[in-house]
Amino acid sequence: MNVHEYQGKEVLKKFGVQVPNGYVAFNADEAVQAAQSLGGNLWVVKAQIHAGGRGKAGGVKLAKSLDEVREFANELIGKVLVTHQTGPEGKEVKRLLIEEGCPIEKEYYIGVVIDRSSNSVVLMGSEEGGTEIEEVAEKTPEKIFKEVVDPAVGLLPFQANRLANRINIPKDKIREAVKFMLALYKAFVEKDCALAEINPLVTTTDGRVMALDAKLNFDSNALYRQKDIVALRDLDEEDAKEIEASKYDLSYIALDGNIGCMVNGAGLAMATMDIIKHYNGDPANFLDVGGGATAEKVTEAFKIILSDEKVKGIFVNIFGGIMKCDVIADGVIQAAKQVELDRPLVVRLEGTNVELGKKMLNESGLAIVAADSMADGAQKIVELVK
Amino acid sequence: MSIFVNKDTKVITQGITGAVGLFHTQQALSYGTQVVGGVTPGKGGTTVEGLPVFNTVVDAVEATGATASVIYVAAPFAADAIMEAIDAELDLVVCITEGIPVLDMVKVRRYLEGKKTRLIGPNCPGVITPDECKIGIMPGYIHKKGHVGIVSRSGTLTYEAVHQLSTRGIGQSTAVGIGGDPVNGTNFIDVLEAFENDPETKAVIMIGEIGGTAEEEAAEWIKANMTKPVVGFIGGQTAPPGKRMGHAGAIISGGKGTAAEKIATLERCGVSVASTPAVIGETLVNLLEAKGLLDEFVVKS
Repeated sequence: MNVHEYQGKEVLKKFGVQVPNGYVAFNADEAVQAAQSLGGNLWVVKAQIHAGGRGKAGGVKLAKSLDEVREFANELIGKVLVTHQTGPEGKEVKRLLIEEGCPIEKEYYIGVVIDRSSNSVVLMGSEEGGTEIEEVAEKTPEKIFKEVVDPAVGLLPFQANRLANRINIPKDKIREAVKFMLALYKAFVEKDCALAEINPLVTTTDGRVMALDAKLNFDSNALYRQKDIVALRDLDEEDAKEIEASKYDLSYIALDGNIGCMVNGAGLAMATMDIIKHYNGDPANFLDVGGGATAEKVTEAFKIILSDEKVKGIFVNIFGGIMKCDVIADGVIQAAKQVELDRPLVVRLEGTNVELGKKMLNESGLAIVAADSMADGAQKIVELVK
Repeated sequence: MSIFVNKDTKVITQGITGAVGLFHTQQALSYGTQVVGGVTPGKGGTTVEGLPVFNTVVDAVEATGATASVIYVAAPFAADAIMEAIDAELDLVVCITEGIPVLDMVKVRRYLEGKKTRLIGPNCPGVITPDECKIGIMPGYIHKKGHVGIVSRSGTLTYEAVHQLSTRGIGQSTAVGIGGDPVNGTNFIDVLEAFENDPETKAVIMIGEIGGTAEEEAAEWIKANMTKPVVGFIGGQTAPPGKRMGHAGAIISGGKGTAAEKIATLERCGVSVASTPAVIGETLVNLLEAKGLLDEFVVKS
């Protein structure tokens, strides 16, 4: 789960991670109020959307007066920002972060990730702050340093010290940097982060070490024990169909094509998208109904697929293990009755109770095209939506 | 022979009194698996399906001589259940549970260090040696005893591959689902090594997906160590970057973990990669035919 920058910074602050002072604002008046409360004569007006690359897209402005704060706030609120992470349709700005301006000395990169090769939490750092870390990794991999954390003891001060030295934090700010990294690690594990990226981390001429930006991503498997994080979810940033799917514990991801897919199992769901593409079709979504789906869940899945106007046909591909084929058939029939099924439907069933499932579909009176295999089904649905 | 499990494997079910644990215990029993008991804290002393239930894993092991455990415990308690099984020194622990927090699994991996237990999963279908032992949630009847080893990150895609083999008369030695989580107990290389050393396994199918670099590492291992033919498949060729495709581990991030990269590496390392999930079985058949080995694999039934 993603959160906004200002929310991430609030979480980090509670763990003692230094961040610039700032307030969220939903309109220009609030922005000016925020700047007045912050004081000083330099403010940063930052668009809050769940995507990186905001600076380059014109979503971050430096204001030298309260009038400028108002001007930039008016400009940004309601603006659609297109960055390399938003897709071509962009994202509308609805919230701003108003922050104190900082006398930046130098920018660094600090990230905490789950490293799959070492099965551990890894702290990464680089003195190439501000740029995309993937770019640094590609061009100058020798400038990225890593510390693998032993979960039995957590991140140790010597590791933070070693990393701070390797990325050339100035001597007089090493202690502050160590404190920063230890606090960041603590926040990461206590709040069940999947990723915490501070890019840039900055040192300032007034002696501070702090997170100028913060991108936190939380492990969705752990949200049951992070109620305060769940409260930060911003539904405006998510796809409406994905929100609806999550209510029914369905794993759904919207794509650009016109063939709706309903599959059991994440691997088979991905493979089904692949085979549709292989036969020159275009999947409209990824949808895994899961292993323990009920007829009700299948019905809801079906409704979500059909609510997508781009969808011109549906391919149901089920290999029933725990998921019984008759349950799927029942769900499909119920859904087709509840919503008027006006688009072609190809169903491929295999596995437990397959004969019963096929029989139910045949006797339902619905116009269902049966497929013998996933290749057969994919070819049939591609043909039908042409 | 086979790997990890056989007819002598004695299994206990952790979470045996829950609906899922009970259902799959019944399924395992009817497949012929030697399930010898179960564990549910607070339900010790009762019986389920004629099997004794214990409060702790160590009690169950002492009383039944179990060598393996399968875990259906709910995600918030699953990591603790895994570590209890590791502590009881079981040879094999298979965790089916989906949705375990990744930081819990980081702790489990640390706890595993220096212990004798092999952990398979979590978030996996389990492991099956056809006609001998089924531990997990796969439909038993699609399998046939034979010589192809299967290792996969995905459950239903494993069934798909098994089905494609069985309908062509080709049996399996053991099928292992290692699970779709980013941090798990057993990786591709662990299973490939076991298949390489198993005389009963004569060819291997490896099914991977987008995310991480486990497939690339496995490909390099195959090139350096594997003498048996390997067929591969990678799911998620059309998955967009930055989106988690169901499995916690199936996500392309920072330009890493793409299907194209994995397929290229596998092919470079001598693995025959199936172009679509529908031709995994066919790809193996063609490979075996080209090597003149197909007859050794077809099971008369």
